[in-house]
Amino acid sequence: MIAFILKRLAVAIPTLLVLIILSFILMKVAPGGPFSGEKAIPEAVMKNILARYSLDKPQWQQLLEYIYNIVFHFDFGPSFKYRDRSVNEIIAQGFPVTLTYGFWAFILATLVGITMGIVAAIRHNSWIDYLAVGITIGAQVVPNFVLAPILVLVFTLWLRWLPGGGWNDGQWNYVILPVIALAATYLASIARITRSSMLEVLHSNFIRTARAKGVPGWQVIVRHALKPALLPVVSYLGPVFVGMITGSVVVDLYFSTGGIGQWFVNSALGRDYATILGITILLGALTITANLVVDILYAWIDPKIRY
Amino acid sequence: MAVEARTDVAARREDLADKPVKGRSLWQDAGRRFIRNKAAVFFLFLLALIVAFTIVGPYFAKFTIEKVDWTILGKVPAKGMPNIENGHFFGVDQTGRDVYIRVIQGTQISLIVGLLGSAVAVVVGTLYGAIAGYFGGRLDSAMMRFVDILYSIPYMFILILLLIIFGRSFTLLFVGIGLVSWLGMSRVVRGQTLTLKNREFVEAAIATGVKPLSIVVRHIVPNLLGIVVVYATLLIPEMILLESFISFLGLGIQEPNTSLGALISEGASTMQYGVFWQLGFPLAFFVVILFAFFFVGDGLRDALDPKDR
Repeated sequence: MIAFILKRLAVAIPTLLVLIILSFILMKVAPGGPFSGEKAIPEAVMKNILARYSLDKPQWQQLLEYIYNIVFHFDFGPSFKYRDRSVNEIIAQGFPVTLTYGFWAFILATLVGITMGIVAAIRHNSWIDYLAVGITIGAQVVPNFVLAPILVLVFTLWLRWLPGGGWNDGQWNYVILPVIALAATYLASIARITRSSMLEVLHSNFIRTARAKGVPGWQVIVRHALKPALLPVVSYLGPVFVGMITGSVVVDLYFSTGGIGQWFVNSALGRDYATILGITILLGALTITANLVVDILYAWIDPKIRY
Repeated sequence: MAVEARTDVAARREDLADKPVKGRSLWQDAGRRFIRNKAAVFFLFLLALIVAFTIVGPYFAKFTIEKVDWTILGKVPAKGMPNIENGHFFGVDQTGRDVYIRVIQGTQISLIVGLLGSAVAVVVGTLYGAIAGYFGGRLDSAMMRFVDILYSIPYMFILILLLIIFGRSFTLLFVGIGLVSWLGMSRVVRGQTLTLKNREFVEAAIATGVKPLSIVVRHIVPNLLGIVVVYATLLIPEMILLESFISFLGLGIQEPNTSLGALISEGASTMQYGVFWQLGFPLAFFVVILFAFFFVGDGLRDALDPKDR
């Protein structure tokens, strides 16, 4: 087990480094620096500005310093656009928001998705099953940026039940719509995966044996079928997590929740390279960590798996 | 009687000699199974209709994608609804442009993006996976480790970064989509190759002295086609979704050109003014196309998957 974790770490760390270097190079080769405005800046001033952002040093040294600051100080440097702020402050402002609705969306997607999948599998070919399959297919072809406006139309403009945007420090009624919009697709996928793997498990020999020796129906499901049926779901949790992060861009843009996605797009459009780089690296690191955790979790549940 | 019977048999024998028994190939078998799947056939037909519509449709359009209809501009919610008489079959958008021709162009672009991403996956992913799987050993682990690394990079952010830094362009969008689409394919293909490479026909090829690369191209790859076709079909909607997501962010296709994703995002933002047709038509096309590819892909999987035989 420890050898396996070490092996996975040996891949994860270089990946992260590749990500940092790649993003850094992309930023450097970008035409037009952040200070190449129309106004001519006196040479002395320009020199000071460059020194402030340590852009006067050789490229490789900048890269090394950048990596050093991230690794040892968790410091992404100053923002190019918001002069009085550092990238860390921007992240500290946006990230808790993303984390909040991401967390609830994750819970919603996994709990409801798994329950739906199991019920559909137990009542195979009944109306519940058909309803579940219908919802699943529907949610999969409607991406979150289509679902979001439809939700706003129904719940905000027609029914007037919930606010259609804003965050308001995470008050419950402001959180609901973003969470639903973010969770729907993954809820559907999880339900589909659970259903098909549950069906497969229910047809296997050991379940027949359990039934034959008289184990009550629900106990067969909970004690025998559940664990093997959930294996494929666990391996899908990595992509779900990544989806929550990328999906946050849509949620933030549509509901103006002020999460990390909104900062990413704004700084992207405003060419605030330091902020884009910082957010990309942070989210990349999260993605890689999430995949790592899922892999380890998977290996722990299913001892047969060794990559 | 006996004589008659004998001539009958003889005649049959001659018949058989004339027409050798036709074996059914794997593909004929699969075709038969596919046709029996009603939903898949229906959606394939629907797809064909949509493609035909995007080809024929422009000849009926009375406007171009950027022409602003000044007579309607400013009164769009009241007068811009779908109307056959004034030539705006799907209505007019918030800036006075014809939705019909824009939906046609959007559909074309979305389909092209899907097909192209899928084509890259088929060519690069198949070769990459087949080579890694066939040669095995160090080469295999190095190649697959590389895929692992690319896989765990959040490519959506890299793609957005690329589009911002080098400016939005069609080419870059295609390159970006092509760069990520083949990763999954290479894994699937590698797995399949591992089971194929120990089969007798590969052994026979090795014994007769066929060069390793020709074995991959001429013996392994053709046997992978089934799984590749299925995976490629299921990849098309994913690529369409990816493109529409990027267009939604405003980083995809540039105005006045458009894609379904861009149209949907515009439609979603103007929906509250009551111009539902601006969202409805592109959304309908989008959903139908995605549905169709999912069902056709599913049908193909049922038809070609050797497990279910």
